[in-house]
Amino acid sequence: MTMIFGVPLAVLSGQLLIGIINGAFYALLSLGLAVIFGLLKIINFAHGAMYMLGAMGTVLMFDYLGVNYWVALFLAPLLVGTLGVAIEYFLLRRIAGQDHIYSLLLTFGVALIISGVLVNWFGVSGLRYSMPDMFKGGVNLGFMFLPYYRAWVIVAALLVCFATWFIIEKTKLGSYLRAGTEDSQLMQGFGINVPLLISLTYGFGVALAAFAGVLAAPIYSVTPVMGAATLITVFAVVVIGGMGSIGGAIITGILMGVIEGLTKTFYPPASSAVIFLVMVLVLMFRPSGLFGKEA
Amino acid sequence: MSKSPDREYEQLRISGLHAYYGQSHILHGIDLMVHRGELVTLLGRNGAGRSTTLKAIMNMVGRRTGSIMINGEETMQRAPHHIARLGVGYCPEHRGIFSSLSVQENLTLPPVVRSGGMSLEEIYTMFPNLYERRFSQGTKLSGGEQQMLAMARILRTGANMLLLDEITEGLAPVIVEKLGEVLIALKNKGLTIVLVEQNFHFAAPLADRHYVVEHGRIVEEISANELSAKQSVLDSYLGV
Repeated sequence: MTMIFGVPLAVLSGQLLIGIINGAFYALLSLGLAVIFGLLKIINFAHGAMYMLGAMGTVLMFDYLGVNYWVALFLAPLLVGTLGVAIEYFLLRRIAGQDHIYSLLLTFGVALIISGVLVNWFGVSGLRYSMPDMFKGGVNLGFMFLPYYRAWVIVAALLVCFATWFIIEKTKLGSYLRAGTEDSQLMQGFGINVPLLISLTYGFGVALAAFAGVLAAPIYSVTPVMGAATLITVFAVVVIGGMGSIGGAIITGILMGVIEGLTKTFYPPASSAVIFLVMVLVLMFRPSGLFGKEA
Repeated sequence: MSKSPDREYEQLRISGLHAYYGQSHILHGIDLMVHRGELVTLLGRNGAGRSTTLKAIMNMVGRRTGSIMINGEETMQRAPHHIARLGVGYCPEHRGIFSSLSVQENLTLPPVVRSGGMSLEEIYTMFPNLYERRFSQGTKLSGGEQQMLAMARILRTGANMLLLDEITEGLAPVIVEKLGEVLIALKNKGLTIVLVEQNFHFAAPLADRHYVVEHGRIVEEISANELSAKQSVLDSYLGV
């Protein structure tokens, strides 16, 4: 058997794959956080709950309504995005311009309420979601076994990340977002409906989280509290990448997943701490993040 | 051919305007009126409330009371984006060039609010420098070019009333001269212009009327043909 640094190649590549998949989730989630932070200047603590709603929604829509995976892939982000627009319109808008701590507490409270209600109904043990038939099985690449669904997760996450990057950096709508990030008041003075743009941006950001949730449903344990644990890591990823950088959020997300996977292979006890270690180092030497603009 | 101002048409009428930033009371009852096609300046010392008056017209200050009529329509309850869509183009003192946008993206950012705006070609003819640097990052331009860009940006939208805040500040004389030419061209097109200006020698030959602002009030109104007679009054207000 081929060995690399004393580790079988199959084990190493298996962990790398898991790392890339986790990284794809980190990328999707931190991308949504970065988009929201850019325009709204709020740290969305409800992001994990929105991710969870995407996954729970997928399971529940299948169990109760027979909605299949592909429909859920569009429907869950749409519904969660609509919920996000409502949250922005009825709650966040009231505290716009206040200190960061208010939006932090408000979104944290929203997250607690959503997950609390779902815990009450469904408990904290994982719900089961069966893999769509076409994704069962996998392919043997010679050095490792690649399950089809895992390959699909990577492709789908990268496609959505790229599309988001493209929209923001290369289109007219994206130029509104970029400009609004710098000076939303002046944008509104030009006749752009900034309040609407803010609602839609928040909706879009949380829809990305819900999309990640749908992708996660067949491979992760789906519970009302799944978002909370993930969110902590994602915040660390965002701090490492630098708030408000779209490309940075994507690259850092994948990179951190891979680093986590490699640590799991070579020194498993550190695997859950390594991202936070990187965060500490980045904060010490580059406080605005790897891709952040110097303040 | 120059269009003369339409004395019958009140493009802007402000009455009893008070404005506040938090606890500070900045405007103490501004009253002024601008006809269509007029170029009117707001003169005064720094901190007199001239910039705040423009911001208040755009509903960009904390709290306002009083009345601001644009084209005969009360706008006190209108959001900034609605005010822009009444045909108001605002050029802020800090110019507001976006660093994450290219020159051309900056130029095409503000949506067209009325028909009759300048096309991109016309703008590039008026400001050839901007054409040459259209793919540069907006804030990589020189100060003068950034000011040209900030002006050009609102000409594309078809706005027929321009609120220009200190557009000559800190610019080389040759650029200031160019801006003067641009303002004359815009006036000849029949645009209404409210100009907040520190450089009186720049403003004097361009303007139809001047308002002097002090401590958040209009203290003097001087028309272009009274200027020489009232020069000493003006000097005492401006402290020159």
